Amino acid sequence: MNEVLEQTKWIKACRTTDIPENGGAAVKIGNEQIAVFNFTRTGKWYATQNECPHKKQMILSRGMIGCADNIPKVACPFHKKTFSLENGTCLSGEDYTIKTFPIKIENGYVYISINDEV
Amino acid sequence: MKKIIVAGNGMVGYKFCEKLISKSGTDKFQITVLGEEPRPAYDRVHLSEYFSGKTANDLLMAKEDWYKQNQINLLTNHTVTNIDRFKKTVHTHNGKKYNYDYLILATGSAPFVPNIQGTDKEGVFVYRTIEDLEMIKAWGKKAKTGSVIGGGLLGLEAAKALLDMGLQKVYVIEFAQRLMPRQLDEKASAILQKQLEKLGLTILLNKNTRTITGNQAINGLTFSDESSIESDILIISAGIKARDELADKCGLEKGPRGGFKVNHLLQTSDPSIYAIGECASYEGMIYGLVAPGYDMAEVVAHNLCQPEQTKTFNGCDLSTKLKLIGTDVASIGNPFIEEPDAKTIVYEDKHKLIYQRLNITADGKYLLGAILVGDTEQYGMMLQTYLNKIVLPQNPENLLFANKATESSDNKNYLLNLPDEALICSCESVNKGAICRAIDEHQIQDVNTIKKCTKAGTGCGGCTPMLKDLLAATLKAKGVYLRNILCEHFNYTRQELFDLIRINRLHTYDDILNRFGRGHGCEVCKPAIASILASLYNDNILKQDTIQDTNDRFLANLQKGGTYSVVPRIPGGEITPDKLIVIGQVAKKYGLYTKITGGQRIDMFGAHLNDLPAIWEELINAGFESGHAYGKALRTVKSCVGSTWCRFGLHDSVSFAIEIENRYKGLRAPHKIKAAVSGCVRECAEAQSKDFGIIATEKGWNLYVCGNGGAKPQHAVLLASDIDKETCIKYIDRFLMFYIRTADPLTRTATWFNKLEGGIEYLRDVIINDSLGIAEELEKEMQILISNYKCEWKEAVETPEIRNKFRYFVNTDEKDPTVQFEPMRDQIKAKEW
Ligand code: SRM
Ligand SMILES: Cc1cc2nc3c(=O)[nH]c(=O)nc-3n(C[C@H](O)[C@H](O)[C@H](O)COP(=O)(O)OP(=O)(O)OC[C@H]3O[C@@H](n4cnc5c(N)ncnc54)[C@H](O)[C@@H]3O)c2cc1C
Ligand code: SF4
Ligand code: FES
Repeated sequence: MNEVLEQTKWIKACRTTDIPENGGAAVKIGNEQIAVFNFTRTGKWYATQNECPHKKQMILSRGMIGCADNIPKVACPFHKKTFSLENGTCLSGEDYTIKTFPIKIENGYVYISINDEV
Repeated sequence: MKKIIVAGNGMVGYKFCEKLISKSGTDKFQITVLGEEPRPAYDRVHLSEYFSGKTANDLLMAKEDWYKQNQINLLTNHTVTNIDRFKKTVHTHNGKKYNYDYLILATGSAPFVPNIQGTDKEGVFVYRTIEDLEMIKAWGKKAKTGSVIGGGLLGLEAAKALLDMGLQKVYVIEFAQRLMPRQLDEKASAILQKQLEKLGLTILLNKNTRTITGNQAINGLTFSDESSIESDILIISAGIKARDELADKCGLEKGPRGGFKVNHLLQTSDPSIYAIGECASYEGMIYGLVAPGYDMAEVVAHNLCQPEQTKTFNGCDLSTKLKLIGTDVASIGNPFIEEPDAKTIVYEDKHKLIYQRLNITADGKYLLGAILVGDTEQYGMMLQTYLNKIVLPQNPENLLFANKATESSDNKNYLLNLPDEALICSCESVNKGAICRAIDEHQIQDVNTIKKCTKAGTGCGGCTPMLKDLLAATLKAKGVYLRNILCEHFNYTRQELFDLIRINRLHTYDDILNRFGRGHGCEVCKPAIASILASLYNDNILKQDTIQDTNDRFLANLQKGGTYSVVPRIPGGEITPDKLIVIGQVAKKYGLYTKITGGQRIDMFGAHLNDLPAIWEELINAGFESGHAYGKALRTVKSCVGSTWCRFGLHDSVSFAIEIENRYKGLRAPHKIKAAVSGCVRECAEAQSKDFGIIATEKGWNLYVCGNGGAKPQHAVLLASDIDKETCIKYIDRFLMFYIRTADPLTRTATWFNKLEGGIEYLRDVIINDSLGIAEELEKEMQILISNYKCEWKEAVETPEIRNKFRYFVNTDEKDPTVQFEPMRDQIKAKEW
């Protein structure tokens, strides 16, 4: 287990200041679009796929974040389906999941690992 | 298993089956239903809604499955033609034969068609079945004038239906000296008549129709007084006659005015044959309403299941409230009783067209009957007072004004003082006790759930207002106060939060959440608070971009596929050729699809997020401003060309529309706001379908408010007439601010208005008479918003920190590579999702 973790390949995605407070923005890594969220109120960061599984729209980074029963979430701007930022499950009662990725902050930069989804 | 046959699958026949199944289950009786109509029983009471869009299916009392599930053998298209009482069999028109142990006759009634020459002409109809309505609808399409014979409950309903179908002239022809002679006294009828004339009906009284004229099809009517009218369609609604044909054939006794004669167990002269509903004659009386029929169904179903404890039918109350006709009319108990048997209290307001009459006992203790025209708000309470023999208050006339009196008035709690047995819903026989228990046990907070749990209010719907009051009173008594709170993060209504933020002068979402909320917010409270902040300070919304809804966050409407649309403001719809050219050039340069919108301006679709600032920069340089098509904000003020060019124009509607649009541009509100200005009553700008609308008159302008197009169109109501421009603007300032302060999130003015207690009178009081003493404050607040206006796109383009937010990826300047368009008619469209 430990070994795997050490092998995690971190990719420098952007500066922390590129992502708005209590909001998100998209980064492009290779051909992937990743939504990065800066949950300033709790000091946590999250990374998920940018595509909303509902109508396959590249949009989640533009969604509003917040919480439902203390689970941090993002709401898709199109039809307001909501997804847990922690494990990607759909919180509005449908059978969708979005991918979430490991994320870390170092020296003012955001690092994401896209090889192993959480 | 005993065999039951039900002849007739109408409202009462169906209700009987429903009650029997709920009492006995499916294994005690074998039920066969023989119905003449081609479909299962439907809600005849709401038949007229077929004209307003309900389908035959919507109206069904229960779907066909229901009969199957409950093992009821339903045979539609089966008319019972004879009964062999000795063999206990019924025979149908198609030669079939069925055995019964008990036969329930529920054959209802048919419209009574008086003996007038020409009733067989095309275009002459009755009003009873879906098929009748289908034919009326088809024929009505080519009719210009119409008439209805019969000024009773049903006739008026039919007349209103003709009016709603768009006929230009509709007559109601009544034989008696007044309308609804069986429910209303002379004065009440006179007021009702005025109301109906206002709706557009022409009422002819004392008219005895002699012939229906025309060759094959009707073209008019002549009367015994030698007068005549033109009419391309006629509906006869002159009363009902019971469907009792079977009585003569098999020797059952009939009542004096027809109908199967029944005793208080609803047995006909043959004890194994019952009759219920409109075909039954009890003590010489035929009840032409559904509630007595349901009572009869209850008695028979009960007695068949529990013969040891029989229930009896003892007649029924005939209080009624007229529905659908656009004016309120009700009668309770004995409407006509006079001195010396009763004393009457009468209130008449010829200005507002209200007439109310209470008949009380000589000692002033009990209510014996009532008539209400123009205002039936107190119907529910009066009916209960009458039915439950509740002792009247000291000043019985207060009954007339109860709801309008103060909170503390003893009438306010009338519902709580009712005994538990008080029948609230007479259609479904649900009493107060049952409703209160349901509210308690299921912790009900809304009327729909009461309906689901108890069935109360699912019949004629007349008791719905009482259910509301009862719910509110019960919850209030329990200390629960119903509020529309924002979401799980804020235990406040929008109005409460608005005041809290205003008084504490808070400016940021986080401050507000920390002070008054909990958790970390969500997509409901963030935009709601963003809107409140914008309505209070009108500061640039992108200072807090992540609490804005997507459209607001990028100052553009998000489209299918992830691109945006661009809508520059074109005040009043007026635009110069030069500006038109700029729009064309910009659209061409950035590959945008262009379309004229329904709001008299031009929309450019398909813009990449990254391109938005550049597009706007070019537009702004040409003199355009943001059109706020993306915001819950003022959208467009449409105009018609008005007196500058139009030969009918009374004033310059374009200039006024431009002035208004420029005054309120950028104003944010709980929902979008639309307006229009028309230059004369021809109303080419459709001002009466807007949140506020202005129409030129000879003497000034008429101001309308709270109209809506869209999903549920609603005409605006007249707030003030013949006012000058300055007054008009003053009232609009007040009106808009009052709406902004008090409406729930995402509530258009029309919906807000519909919930406003006191309606237009109240609104007029607040806006024009300043009854709350806030008019000046409202004007000041509006002035602040207006003077803080800046074009937010201009600021966005010119401020690097804001402009920088319009990047699709934050780590590269690429545009969204997944965006795809398809060609269409020389332009592009978004790829299907
Ligand atoms: C562009 C336009 C259609 C057009 O091509 O003509 C339009 C487009 C949209 N309308 Fe509309 N409405 C447009 C005129 C209207 C009108 C006509 C009018 O304004 O005179 C109405 C009826 C009038 C009214 O509002 O009372 C109208 C009633 C609605 C409604 C229903 C509102 C209601 O109260 O029932 C919605 C839904 C909503 O707001 O919740 C809506 C919502 C929308 C949205 C924003 C749907 C959405 O959330 O994405 C559409 C945006 C399309 C887009 O992708 O940009 N649109 N919409 C029109 C823009 C007018 C403008 O210049 O700003
Ligand atoms: C437009 C309209 C509006 C109304 N509004 C109201 C209102 O607001 N409030 C109110 O209380 N009442 C209202 N009524 C009256 C209400 O609809 C009736 O009181 C109710 O439908 C009576 O039910 P029923 O079952 O006795 O008769 P119906 O509903 O008429 O059912 C009788 C059924 O038996 C069938 N039938 C007849 N003879 C035979 C036979 N020999 N064999 C087999 N089947 C047969 C008929 O075709 C019919 O389907 C309204 C009626 C109409 C037409
Ligand atoms: S009517 Fe519906 S589909 Fe057409 S623009 Fe309006 S919201 Fe979109
Ligand atoms: S596309 Fe995301 S909710 Fe529909």
